[in-house]
Amino acid sequence: MKEAAAALKRKRAWHWLEYVFWLAAAASIFLLPSQHALLTQIAIWSLFALSLDLLLGYAGIVSLGHAAYFGFGAYVAALFAINFYGEPVTGLLVAGVAAGLLGLITSLLVLRGTDLTRLMVTLGIALVMYEIANQMSWLTGGADGLTGMPVNPVLGVFPIYFITTNSYVYVLVVLFILLVIAKRIVHSPFGYSLRAIKGNPLRASSIGIPNNLRLIAVYTVAAAYAGVAGALLAQTTPVVSLTYIDFQRSADVLLMLIIGGTGYLYGGIVGSALFLVAQKFIGNVTPQYWEFWIGFALVVIALFARDRGVFSIFERIIAALRKEKAKS
Amino acid sequence: MLRRSFLAALAATALAAGSLPATAQETVKIGLIIPLTGPFTTTGKQLEAAARLYMQQNGTTVAGKKIELIVRDDAGRAENTARIASEMIQNDKVSFLAGFGLTPLAMATAPIATNSKVPMVVMMAGTSIITERSPYIVRTSFTLGQSAVIIADWAAQNKIKKVVTMVTDYAPGHDAESSFISQFKSKGGEVSESIRVPIQNPDFAPFLQRVLDAKPDALYVFTPSGVGAILMKQFVERGLDKSGIRLIGPGDITDDDVLPGFGDAAVGVVTAHNYSTDHPSAKNKEYVAAFRKANPGMRPNFASVGGYDGIHLIYEALKKTGGKTDGDALLAAMKGLKWESPRGPISIDPETRDIIQTIYIRKVEKKNGELYNVEFASFPDVKDPVKAAKK
Amino acid sequence: MLTIFFDGIAYGMLLFVIACGLAVTLGLMNFVNLAHGAFAMLGGYCAYVLVNFYGVPFFASLPVAFMFAAMIGLVAERTLYVHFYNRSHLEQVLFTIGLVFMVSALVDYFLGSQQRFINLPAYLQGRFDFFGIGVGKYRLLIILVCALILIVLQLILGYTRFGSRLRAAVDDQRVARGLGINVNWVFAITFAAGCGLAGLGGALGAEILSLEPHFPLKFMIYFLIVVSVGGTSSITGPFLASILLGIGDVAGKYYAPRYGGFVIYTIMIVVLVLRPQGLFSRGTSK
Repeated sequence: MKEAAAALKRKRAWHWLEYVFWLAAAASIFLLPSQHALLTQIAIWSLFALSLDLLLGYAGIVSLGHAAYFGFGAYVAALFAINFYGEPVTGLLVAGVAAGLLGLITSLLVLRGTDLTRLMVTLGIALVMYEIANQMSWLTGGADGLTGMPVNPVLGVFPIYFITTNSYVYVLVVLFILLVIAKRIVHSPFGYSLRAIKGNPLRASSIGIPNNLRLIAVYTVAAAYAGVAGALLAQTTPVVSLTYIDFQRSADVLLMLIIGGTGYLYGGIVGSALFLVAQKFIGNVTPQYWEFWIGFALVVIALFARDRGVFSIFERIIAALRKEKAKS
Repeated sequence: MLRRSFLAALAATALAAGSLPATAQETVKIGLIIPLTGPFTTTGKQLEAAARLYMQQNGTTVAGKKIELIVRDDAGRAENTARIASEMIQNDKVSFLAGFGLTPLAMATAPIATNSKVPMVVMMAGTSIITERSPYIVRTSFTLGQSAVIIADWAAQNKIKKVVTMVTDYAPGHDAESSFISQFKSKGGEVSESIRVPIQNPDFAPFLQRVLDAKPDALYVFTPSGVGAILMKQFVERGLDKSGIRLIGPGDITDDDVLPGFGDAAVGVVTAHNYSTDHPSAKNKEYVAAFRKANPGMRPNFASVGGYDGIHLIYEALKKTGGKTDGDALLAAMKGLKWESPRGPISIDPETRDIIQTIYIRKVEKKNGELYNVEFASFPDVKDPVKAAKK
Repeated sequence: MLTIFFDGIAYGMLLFVIACGLAVTLGLMNFVNLAHGAFAMLGGYCAYVLVNFYGVPFFASLPVAFMFAAMIGLVAERTLYVHFYNRSHLEQVLFTIGLVFMVSALVDYFLGSQQRFINLPAYLQGRFDFFGIGVGKYRLLIILVCALILIVLQLILGYTRFGSRLRAAVDDQRVARGLGINVNWVFAITFAAGCGLAGLGGALGAEILSLEPHFPLKFMIYFLIVVSVGGTSSITGPFLASILLGIGDVAGKYYAPRYGGFVIYTIMIVVLVLRPQGLFSRGTSK
């Protein structure tokens, strides 16, 4: 028992690359002021992708409709700020709880069936949410978007409204805290039970894991994370619109996560950074080809990469080179 | 030698520091943010083509300054538009923001324009409220109300008494519906039924059947540009045209860019709008010819004139300020400007910064084997009716 | 009333022709092919280019659209899809979404992003009255063509050697291989035929659904609904599901236009939650 606990602790310990990463992120606050707007969006997408990683990378649930919770969180945060209180952290909490509740309810629909059924049900949930947001335009602004959301200083002291660098710091801190929490979750016994379910649901339930309860729990947490990500975007962009909740967003976040690799929490960060930077630079040169190249990248990744996204391509190349060397 | 150039460089920096606006802005940059990927690509392509055409025709030097156009794609997503706008202001030091294909995209950028005092030229998005969101917004496209109200006036004057409205169920559709209904009713017309069609809607047949059963004098339609084609084909297929129901609406539904593909079904549709490729003026003939030459396969539509006139407005404002790029001075220069556009005479309302223009009533006809919106009546100097009603 | 019914059938039939190929890949080969709509779009654009640019008669363009989509399907199956048969559904989803993006971008590049329509001959336009039912000529054509396809499909699957091989390959791949059936080629040909049918459906449906580069994503959900509601164990399941969906969609829009957007998605979720294998499947699970 003690050994197991020690092993868990060891796994939970930070890798030196993680220290490097967060130091670099902190340094970017001072070194890259011209890119803070982009970095803010990368951090938000990272959080969103992280929430999907909890589902996909750890529990093995494929979702094509994760934007439902992202968008819901964004609308809740915006409406809460407009009608009640404009302090951002409170908004995040409210949005997270609301999205988590929605996740809790809808998770019951996702439990049954195969990958395909789950794909369809999650897609269906997101489409219904989209329609609701569009129909209730008196509340959400519909296709015109929801504007006029007040953004007070964070905790009453740290203003972020239209201050790009401060927004970035705020978003980065939120990402950091939630990543640390996520790390605790996936390296807890609960996290290991999820992986057991992912590996073989039948065996997992036969050793006494309550599969459904665990899946409901992780789905709820992932939805709450997505809701917080949506709320962050709402607070750093002056308008919440239907694109927060559309199919493209669900697809994009899945792509980012896959590009970065699943099942190690940082995949979403790597993937969204690569995706958005590539979009910006390819998009600046030839916007109309962007779609083609992202499609091409996907096909290549799907062909050659497994869990580690772009990294497995490097791994493969290195492995192939080694083989060549061995031959000669 | 080295020392001399060093001194010269020093002197130059000192000079530049002393009179920053004059020398540091040898080039004036215009940031054009438009959707070039995603479902609204067509709009973005029209805007870019027209903006480039204007600069090609009129040169890139205005009031001693070199004009540079920076084009960025926002894929129709508000958060991208806002990000690109702030990056353009911060990193590229643009003096103008322009483009904005959809309402939320313009709304997301409005506070950025206010904050940075950079003029923002809305070249496409048509919701009335946009210009009220920032004192630095000027619009060169149109407002939805302009077309919707004018077609209501025309219908009331032309013995159309009972109308069924059918709009796509999203915010612009709701605006098009309410503007038309209130105007038409105030002129004594009757709206017997109002149908809202889901956005995701491949098949109009059932809705049209409902219209056929209601037997109105006319069917008023608003859909996003492009979707109109399916509707018109099915309108004719169901025989609604033969049962004496006329098809009317704002000109978005007979978008000049896609109209040639509509087929004969569209012939006879009456719409109200600010621009037709067929507008019979010398200026427009020249414009259309140049546009088609530069962009084979495209026909300039109402989005394109928004882009063309938007760049014109920027040029004229710069001329008036003598090349100064102070936001407030530029805005003052833009207010009240009047000029002859390919669409006819237009001006910028000094009070609302919105566009004042002639709205034409057009009928789809076949000319030389191609479909055109042929203008047959006009309502000059139309202001945005929504803002006019607020006063 | 009956007119609505008629329209719904035509619409459903169209969905069926496009989606039945998907039922094959998804049900028989257990492959999540989200790019199926791309083949429909390619068939549609093929017919569009032939008819509008080269003056090929509409009816002649239909078989060409079929062949074109089938050939591309065959090539794609042999070179790309074949690597994904034993992969996870997630990888299949990614791969096929990637394909959709590439195809959409290419179509946009070569043919423009505007909506396109195929020029129809005059005798297919308009409609006539048949005992009080307004019958659209084009919709009637769709129904006839689709009914013909359905019959041919049933005959091929039920009464030909190829059909029995296919059924054998699906029921138990290993035994089929052991019997000397070249399962790979059976699957490849089936896949190509499915793509061909989608292409034909795309050409036929261009008039009602309209062609544009984002066609595959726009209608993906409809095709998936047909297959997931209809189940994938037979041809009749998806067929019944298409007809129901067509009539339900059309009737829902006629009688309750405000809620037309919700109805089909909600039905889909409910059906999937209650019967994950589909409404009309025989209940066998894989």
